[in-house]
Amino acid sequence: MTVSAGWYMTLAAALFSLGLIGILVRRNALIMFMCVELMLNAVNLTFVAAGRAWGSIQGQVSVFFVLVVAAAEVVVGLAIIVAIFRHRSTADVDALSELRG
Amino acid sequence: MIDYLWLVIALPLAGALLLHAVGRRIGEPLSGWLASAAIAGSFGVSLIAAIPFIRGEAHEAHHLVLWEWMPAIGATLEIQWDALAALMALVVTGVGTLIHIFAIGYMHGDPRFSRFFTYLNLFAASMLTLVLAGNFAMLFMGWELVGLCSYLLISFWSHKPSAAAAGKKAFIVNRIGDLGFLIALMLVFSNFGTLSFQGVFERAGEVLDGPTAVAISLLFLVGAAGKSAQVPLYVWLPDAMEGPTPVSALIHAATMVTAGVYLVSRSAAIFELAPAAGMTVATVGAITAIWAASIAIAQTDIKRVLAYSTVSQLGYMFLAAGLGGYVAALFHLMTHAFFKALLFLGAGSVIHGMHEEQDMRNMGGLFKVMPRTGMTMAVGTLAIAGFPGLAGFWSKDEILGVAYGKGGFASVLWVVGLVTAMITAFYMTRQFVMVFLGKPRWAEGLHPHESPAVMTVPLMVLALLSVVGGLINTPLRLGLEHFLEPVFEGVKLAHPPEGALMFFLLAGLSVAAGFAGIGMGYFAYSRPREVWERFQGGFGKLWPLWEKAYGVDDLYGRTIVKPGKALADAAAFKVDLPVIDGAVNGMGRLFAMLAGRGRLAQTGFVRNYGATLTAGLLAAVVWLVVAGS
Repeated sequence: MTVSAGWYMTLAAALFSLGLIGILVRRNALIMFMCVELMLNAVNLTFVAAGRAWGSIQGQVSVFFVLVVAAAEVVVGLAIIVAIFRHRSTADVDALSELRG
Repeated sequence: MIDYLWLVIALPLAGALLLHAVGRRIGEPLSGWLASAAIAGSFGVSLIAAIPFIRGEAHEAHHLVLWEWMPAIGATLEIQWDALAALMALVVTGVGTLIHIFAIGYMHGDPRFSRFFTYLNLFAASMLTLVLAGNFAMLFMGWELVGLCSYLLISFWSHKPSAAAAGKKAFIVNRIGDLGFLIALMLVFSNFGTLSFQGVFERAGEVLDGPTAVAISLLFLVGAAGKSAQVPLYVWLPDAMEGPTPVSALIHAATMVTAGVYLVSRSAAIFELAPAAGMTVATVGAITAIWAASIAIAQTDIKRVLAYSTVSQLGYMFLAAGLGGYVAALFHLMTHAFFKALLFLGAGSVIHGMHEEQDMRNMGGLFKVMPRTGMTMAVGTLAIAGFPGLAGFWSKDEILGVAYGKGGFASVLWVVGLVTAMITAFYMTRQFVMVFLGKPRWAEGLHPHESPAVMTVPLMVLALLSVVGGLINTPLRLGLEHFLEPVFEGVKLAHPPEGALMFFLLAGLSVAAGFAGIGMGYFAYSRPREVWERFQGGFGKLWPLWEKAYGVDDLYGRTIVKPGKALADAAAFKVDLPVIDGAVNGMGRLFAMLAGRGRLAQTGFVRNYGATLTAGLLAAVVWLVVAGS
């Protein structure tokens, strides 16, 4: 028995929502960052599942691109978080509200 | 040589630019000589270019297009070289050169010596643009530029509040005239479709109907009255005496103020079609002549006498031009440039020698101290008074002859002119006697001195011209008339009555009037001060009225200046500040308020931005689901 694409989509939606909720409720920059990764990978999962369901290679190819870009993004993002932590000894995003109008 | 005519304008302009750039470094007196050389070169070029006209070989106007500016409307930088332009250019550059040289001595020691010559050269270039223009657009450009230079030079000593005010007054009064001139130009353009002299004057007869010609002519008169200080716009000229004396001589006697006469003469073809307007010009001229002459009687400032005298003599020129005696008007323009420049420079020499004293009551007996100035001033005084044989005699006689010959209402103007001639002789003699004859009345310790040669030599040259200048157009040999004939080809010129008997009769009358004036002036003022004060008292209330120039300045102040200021005040503080500024500032405040609200959306918390994004995403999904199904 094969697992139909619908299950993958449901799992992806669950993972995406989990990441989104994490971003909205957590205040630690590192955790929020991991949540972003979770959301990214949820989307990746939909790509792969859709690619398999339609027998198309494009889904997998897109995922590779996303992975590469995500890797670069992680490097930059972590560097920023480390820099902020060095400056302020905190990674609490609510403390970083200088752009308040 | 005619191809190099642009040099006439370019030389003084280059002089002005050069002096503006490096004048301070060149310093005194070299910058003065440089400016004089520039305008002298301009004189040389125009003299050579005028030779064909003088010899009578050339008649046609020569056109030299320098730059196609707006050819569609006939507005190009174009020199029209004909006898009239040549005459004006020669007067402007010739008298201008002498005044430039005189100014080197007069402005000695002024901290802004080279700046003064920058302006003088700029003025010369502007005036030459005006008289050499081949179309109304370029003429108007020169017209405005000379106004600007006049303003700059009147208020040259701008540390004096009176000089700054006089400059402003001249500029503003001139603007009133310029408005009339500008409307006239619009009328010309809407009727002819071009502004070029050729296109306008050759077709004037077929294009213009009577009323339009009258309207254009009268609007020209408004412009000319502003520039040439005619009633009722003459009030700026006496105040313009706040400027340095060479400026008064060059701009406010010899050249710029004659621009109105030049304009009327140039537009003879249009005035020809509007006899009523011509008569208005003549009447304005006659009124101005006697009005200003009567004011000049009672002035005590040596330069103010000459200023009112200039207004009066300009009135003479308008009188002649209005009656169609254009040659007479231009003849008087030329001789007046000689003797009035001489008188002004003489007055400048006196002021210089008296250490800035201008009140004639504090002079007297200067002849012994300043013989050269005194002699030349005597020549100038006799010339303007119409002493037989001198320049003013011939030109003034021709004007009076024109008025007499015209008959009708012009006979009234002739009588006015004759009376003015007597008054002129009187106040000029009064001035000469008060300044040069009698016992010295100046303060103890003041040591008047004769001016240096750089000032007296131009005086002598001008004195010579004032003696012989009239001979170019005597009834025996009408040199100027033939010279100018091609310019007024299609125009019916007014002439004095023919015949030797008439000439001697008319000349005899005006000479008698002149001598009466001279005699009265001499006998009243050559005696001690108490005597002439009693003489002045004999005029009763008239004398104080003349002394304060009929109170015209007060009248204008009360009727025009004060309401104007009140209006400006209301516009500024009752309309502009609350309404216009209020609208603009209110708009600013409105957006500041809106922004104050809007900025609250920017909390700076990442969570809020995330929530907004999520809400937007959800809304998009819902919309897709709803709309897609």
